[in-house]
Amino acid sequence: MALSVKEIAAKLTPVLTRRWTTSDAWRLEVYERLDGYRALRKALAAHPDDLIQVIKDSGLRGRGGAGFPAGMKWGFIPQNDGKPHYLVINADEGEPGTCKDLPLMTHDPHALIEGAIIAAYAIRAHRAFIYVRGEAVHAARRLRYAAAEAHAAGYFGRDILGTGFDLELVIHSGAGAYICGEETALLDSLEGFRGQPRLRPPFPATHGLYSCPTVVNNVGTIASVPPIVLAGADWWKSMGTEKSSGPMIYSLSGRINNPGQYECSMGITLRELIELAGGMQDGHQLKFWTPGGSSTPLLTAEHQDVPLDFESVAAAGSVLGTTATQIFSNKDCPVYATYRWLEFYQHESCGKCTPCREGNYWMVQVYRRILAGEGTHADLDTLLDTCDNILGRSFCGLGDGATSPVISSLKFFKEDYLDYIEGRVAPKLNNRQLVGAH
Amino acid sequence: MTADRTPALVASDFEFSDETRERAKEIIARYPEGRERSALLPLLHLVQAEEGCVSTAGIGFCTDALGLTRAEVGAVATFYTMYKRRPAGDWLISVCTNTMCDVLGGRRIFEMLSEYLGVGHNQTTADGTMTLEHAECLAACDYGPVLTVNYEFFDRMDVETALGIVTELQEGKRPMPTRGARLCTLKELAWQLAGYADERVEAVADGEPGEASLRGNRLAEQYGVTAPPIDPETPIVRKPTKEA
Repeated sequence: MALSVKEIAAKLTPVLTRRWTTSDAWRLEVYERLDGYRALRKALAAHPDDLIQVIKDSGLRGRGGAGFPAGMKWGFIPQNDGKPHYLVINADEGEPGTCKDLPLMTHDPHALIEGAIIAAYAIRAHRAFIYVRGEAVHAARRLRYAAAEAHAAGYFGRDILGTGFDLELVIHSGAGAYICGEETALLDSLEGFRGQPRLRPPFPATHGLYSCPTVVNNVGTIASVPPIVLAGADWWKSMGTEKSSGPMIYSLSGRINNPGQYECSMGITLRELIELAGGMQDGHQLKFWTPGGSSTPLLTAEHQDVPLDFESVAAAGSVLGTTATQIFSNKDCPVYATYRWLEFYQHESCGKCTPCREGNYWMVQVYRRILAGEGTHADLDTLLDTCDNILGRSFCGLGDGATSPVISSLKFFKEDYLDYIEGRVAPKLNNRQLVGAH
Repeated sequence: MTADRTPALVASDFEFSDETRERAKEIIARYPEGRERSALLPLLHLVQAEEGCVSTAGIGFCTDALGLTRAEVGAVATFYTMYKRRPAGDWLISVCTNTMCDVLGGRRIFEMLSEYLGVGHNQTTADGTMTLEHAECLAACDYGPVLTVNYEFFDRMDVETALGIVTELQEGKRPMPTRGARLCTLKELAWQLAGYADERVEAVADGEPGEASLRGNRLAEQYGVTAPPIDPETPIVRKPTKEA
C-alpha cells in the first residue's frame, strides 16, 4: 500500500506555482513569454456568460477556505440591473498556517491581475480591488509594479485591447486585522470602516461593496481563472476528484524535513504529503495536524490516509479550509498549541458580537490556568460550554473557527489536559504570566 | 504579552506638508465618486508616513480630507494594529509568536529581544530607533520561526541570528532580508502602504523565491512530472441559449 516517493510525486501538478521557478516571472515581458495574457485575449473574444459557464463547468471551488463554487458565485451577480458591479479580491492572507497567497502574489503577480481582468469582464464589473494584507509589503510592491506594467501595456484601463471593455484596478493595502479576511468585514474595511462582519443575507452578490453586486474571491481562485480559460474545464477536471476538481497548493509546515508549498492534485493524503516533504524530522512522530489552518478541527495520526479534498475531510470531522497543514509531533503539546491559537482569536476578535469577544477572552484565561497547573476538571466543562455558546452563535466564522482547536483537542487529547490538571506534567506557564487569570 | 494595547492617541499639532496634501487628493481620486471614505485606510498610512504615528493631528487631517467626524476616523485608526499611536522607531521588529513559530522557537526569540532591547510588546527603545512587537501569523509558516523588520521577512530565525540582525541595525547597518526587499525606514514604507509604488526599482527586484516555496516544483522537476499539458486552442463553449 505504501507508495514510493516517485509514485507520489506523480500527483504533483504545478499549475498555479509553475512560474515561480522562473526568475523575473513578475516582469511583464517574462510573464508574456510564459503564456501570459493569452487567456485574457481569448476571454475578451468570448461572451461573458460563456466565461461564467466555463468556470462553472470546471467545478472550481473557492481557494480561501469555504470552497464555494466560483462559477456559481459569479452567476449570482444580477445582470442588466443598472448598478455598478465590483470584483474584490481577498488577498488578506492570515489564517494561521496559511502561506500560499503571499508567494503567488510575489512571484507571479500578473497571474492574479490577468485573472482579475477576466473575472471582471465575466461579471461585467468596471472596477476591481485587490485588498492585500497590510503586512504583505513585498507582495504589494510586486503587485503595484505589475499593475503599472499591465496598465501601460493596455491590459486594463480604458478600451482594453480595443474591445471597448473598461476596467480600473486598485491595489489597496489593509492595516493589520485578521478579521478583514472575512469577506463582509473586508468590504466594510474597503469602504473605510472598522473591519467588522455584516449580517447576511443580503449576500455580497446583490449587496456587496457600496451595496452593489460584488464578487469576493480569494487570490488562488482568481489565479486559477487564466489556465482554465486557456485549457478548458475538462482539463481542470482532469486533476483532483469529481467534486473537488483541480490542483491545490498544500502548505506544509512544522515537524517535517522539508516544509514548503506542494501543488498537487486534490485528494492527496497527509501520509503522502509528509513523504514528499522528506518525512518527519528525526525524533518526531506525528501527533496532531490542521488540515487547513487553525480554524479547522485538528486531526491526528489516525487520519493520515484521509484524502485531502473538501468532501473527505468533512467526512473525517474537519474542514479542508486553506489546505494549510501544520504538522505537530509528540514533542508538541496540543493544550499549549490551542492556547496560543486562542490568544490569536481573542486578539483578532473584532468585538462586534458577544460570544466571540467574551468567549475567547475567557477561554484564554481558562487555558492559562490549566497550563499554569492550577486548572480543575470543571475547567474542561467550562471550555466546552463556552464553545457551545460561541459555535453557531457568533456573527461570523472567526468565532466558530476559534472553537475548532478547543473542541477537537479535547476530543482527541483529553489526557494531555488532565496531565496538567492532575499534576503529571510541569506547568508550562508561570505565575507572572497568570496575572488576571482568575 | 498583551499589555499596553490601547494607549491614548498622542496629542499633536503637527503640520502636514503640501506634498502630503497633494497625495491625499490623489489617493481619494482612486475611489469612485461619492465613495471617498474608501480612502481612509490609505490616508491613515499617509499621515503615518509623514508624522511616524497616527496622532490627533493625523486624525484631524483625515477628518478634513474626507468630511468625517473625529470619532469616525478615530474608531478606524484604533481598530487596526499597523497604525501606531505613538511614534514608532525607524525599525519595527515583529516576531511571530503564533502557534507554529512559537513552538519552533519564536517565543524564545521574542523574550530574548525584549530583554536585550529593554522593551516589551509595542514599545520603542529609549533612543527611539526600534519598536518591538510580537506578531500574529505572518503567513510564512514554512519558513518559521520568522521575524520581520518593517514587514520584510527574515526566515528560520533562532536567538543568535535574530540578535545578529538587531545588532546590525543598532550599528546603523541594514541587514538584507531573506526574502523581500532591501530595508527602508518605517516612514518610507508607509508611503507604499498608502498605495504608491516603491521608487527604488532595485527593491522591486529583490527577493528570489525561497526554497520552501519551490519545494513541490523542485520535486516535480526531479521526477519529470508536469501538470496535464495546456492546449491554449481549447475552444470556449458557446451557450446556445440564454439561461433563464
